Amino acid sequence: MTLQVFVFLISALIVLSGALGVVLARHPVHSALFLIQTLFGVAVLFLVVEAHFLAAIQVIVYAGAIVILFLFVIMLLGVDRSDDLRVEPLVGQRPLAYVSGAAILGLMLAVINSVDGLTGRIAETAPINRPSAGTPDINILAETIFTDHVFTFEITGLLLTVAVVGAVVMARRIPGDLQPIPESALDSGVLADILSEGETPAADEGDAEEGGDS
Amino acid sequence: MELTATWYLVLGALVFSIGAVGLLIRRNPLVMFMCVELMLNAVNLTFVGIAWGLNDVGGQVAVFFVMVVAAAEVVIGLAIVVAIMRRRQGATADDLSVLRG
Repeated sequence: MTLQVFVFLISALIVLSGALGVVLARHPVHSALFLIQTLFGVAVLFLVVEAHFLAAIQVIVYAGAIVILFLFVIMLLGVDRSDDLRVEPLVGQRPLAYVSGAAILGLMLAVINSVDGLTGRIAETAPINRPSAGTPDINILAETIFTDHVFTFEITGLLLTVAVVGAVVMARRIPGDLQPIPESALDSGVLADILSEGETPAADEGDAEEGGDS
Repeated sequence: MELTATWYLVLGALVFSIGAVGLLIRRNPLVMFMCVELMLNAVNLTFVGIAWGLNDVGGQVAVFFVMVVAAAEVVIGLAIVVAIMRRRQGATADDLSVLRG
């Protein structure tokens, strides 16, 4: 057993246990911590196959930014109610979820099993391992992104700008009263229940703050 | 025993399925987002594994762009969650059952 296989097996174990933890943990904060475990395992797996730049980005962007954003929102909202997995409001949803998950896994494994290894062609234009050895993968990656994929790169820049503007717009508290709900909609029983629930925001916020402290 | 790209494909399939099941069975929108991140990471694993197997840097470029899109998606998604939670404390995904007339 080579060192590569050894490292792969250890990290695969970390990734899988972390993934199961994300799904099964009662508390959202625990899910976020298990997510960090998974992301670090994936970063190690990137290192095994010589994607050094992506491993660094994985740790910086995912573990450093995205999970922190999750934890920040959990802290901000006080979403610390634990989620009971045994309650099932939509009847039959959970068995269907397991069946479809098993079906997805079975289909993918069947496809992987049906071909003997990779069927693609070995790259000629943008190989990772150049004959001129010593070139780090980050140079090759940058060369490819800024030549072949430069338009995609521009589009992702635009996408990030749109995302930032959208987040600011949505997080903004709109001054003044909300638009009135049409009279016809108010007659429906369910909507009236929701509205009466939402009419005590002060008490709810107080609860959330107390919960966040504990 | 030697490491091949197939190992990465199998691991990616497992993590993707776990994420998909989690997305379907969990009710907290934040945990559902985390499951989406799991699925994106599973796809990244397969991309990097195939890039290594075929010695083609194109797979790594794809992973780079997937990460950018994932970051944008999380920013927008969490902004929506914050906006909804501000109106209705403790909203869950199953609240869509009130939509049936």
